[in-house]
Amino acid sequence: MRRAVLIAVPYAWLLALFLIPFAVVFKISLSDIALAIPPYTPTAKDGIWNMLSQLDFENFIFLTEDDLYWKAYLSSLQIALISTVLTLLVGYPMAYAMARAPEQWRPTLLMLVILPFWTSFLIRVYAWVGILSGEGFLNQFLMWTGIISTPLTILNTNTAVYIGIVYTYLPFMILPIYSALDRSDGSLIEAAEDLGCSRLKAFWMITIPLSRNGIIAGCFLVFIPALGEFVIPSLLGGSGTLMIGKVLFEEFFSNRDWPVASAVAVILLLILIIPIVLFQRNEQKQVEAEG
Amino acid sequence: MNRLSSFNVVSLTLGFVFLYVPMLILVIYSFNASKLVTVWAGFSTKWYGELMSNEAFLDAAWVTLRVAVISSTIATVLGTMAAYVLVRAGRFYGRTLFSGMIYAPLVMPEVITGLSLLLLFIGLGLDRGVLTIVLAHTTFSMCFVSVVVSSRLVSFDRSLEEAALDLGASPLDAFRLVTLPIIAPAVISGWLLAFTLSLDDLVIASFTSGPSATTLPMKIWSSVRLGVSPEINALSTILIGLVTLGVIAASLASKQVAVRAKRDEQAAARAA
Repeated sequence: MRRAVLIAVPYAWLLALFLIPFAVVFKISLSDIALAIPPYTPTAKDGIWNMLSQLDFENFIFLTEDDLYWKAYLSSLQIALISTVLTLLVGYPMAYAMARAPEQWRPTLLMLVILPFWTSFLIRVYAWVGILSGEGFLNQFLMWTGIISTPLTILNTNTAVYIGIVYTYLPFMILPIYSALDRSDGSLIEAAEDLGCSRLKAFWMITIPLSRNGIIAGCFLVFIPALGEFVIPSLLGGSGTLMIGKVLFEEFFSNRDWPVASAVAVILLLILIIPIVLFQRNEQKQVEAEG
Repeated sequence: MNRLSSFNVVSLTLGFVFLYVPMLILVIYSFNASKLVTVWAGFSTKWYGELMSNEAFLDAAWVTLRVAVISSTIATVLGTMAAYVLVRAGRFYGRTLFSGMIYAPLVMPEVITGLSLLLLFIGLGLDRGVLTIVLAHTTFSMCFVSVVVSSRLVSFDRSLEEAALDLGASPLDAFRLVTLPIIAPAVISGWLLAFTLSLDDLVIASFTSGPSATTLPMKIWSSVRLGVSPEINALSTILIGLVTLGVIAASLASKQVAVRAKRDEQAAARAA
């Protein structure tokens, strides 16, 4: 009986405030826009039969006809993918070095990685505006050293978006890789080296496979939220930076076209279902392996 | 294993420079006398003064704090229950869906969560304001709490709980007197995580709040869209300072707890 209550309370909360809202989004994506508050005509007024006969896919057809949306989905995928790879390239060596560091340093190093994560996301993105702008610190520094003679244009380009994503999501990549490496048995590498394996080969054949779950978790933790990112492309990206999170936000708040915004969200969700399910399996497997 | 190569040292150094220099620049330039944010014109604290006399910022900070305290507290209770269910309840009908609903919000893009909750609230006819932001924040942060707490639950010795039950404790007493003290550090860090997530959130709050409630991130957003401003630098410095103090205090406290636990263990070993 107690067990039933324990399960029912969080279950009901998540059903009501996580799952059912998606059903609402799905329903509104199938209705027509109206000049009213709320700005859509509910497709279902009376009876299920009526509802079924009135469902239409106009908004989805609209999305396929306007190539703005196609381009936004594709370029979001591309930006998220490139950023994830860059974050892995920056994060892996750091996680690896942390796992090899002397025992007594590790808590401090770990804290240094976690600290930025506790600091406001918005502020960390904003910090780069002052660095990357035309007369910003990066350009001042590079011109002072004489590497460049005219300022580089970085702010309001995709490069700035990559930098922003790598910067803000770096702890999400480092932490799971570090914990996978930390758990793995160092004597395996020593054994490989004793048996005549070169260090590089031992790294590829032992260290990387041992940290596989960490790499997978880190990549999902970066890729999935980056795909729908809104703050970074809006602050650091330019007019040419198309990302679906930004399109959805503008469709909703500026154009006030709720049905189209909902249709954009439904398709984004469909794209994300596979990576989210894979992520959840990976996490679940790790919890069960430890338990 | 404990030998750092020069490659390791270089990657750590560059990594931390990358992580910390942007924030350091922000902090230094919050004391800049000039309104131009990239030109140094002498030391001044005037932006802090202007910030403190800005009513709109103070109001927004108050709303944000209230939302964060309430939502993180509810989220900690619900998240701990959910963690207990995930780790201890065994099989039940709909378990896969349950664990899916715990893990999905961790990575769900905020625009989707925000939009879906707003449409739900409008469908229900709820007035948008502090209440709706609290509901929204509780929902996504309870999942973070439950992940933190469940990682602690899987690692602890279940026989302690079973011993208490065998000795006649009711399940509730066993939880209150045995389980809760052991998982307490995870519950506390779960609460802190939920609290910061709520303080920090812009996108979900923008969707779920109404004209009556503006949070601090929403206020910051509307002013940084117009470019860099020294007032925002001052505000950022205050927030960074508070977080740094909090994290250092928390890590010192947990170190002390660890030392005490070790001492107790040694004492117990000697007694045995």
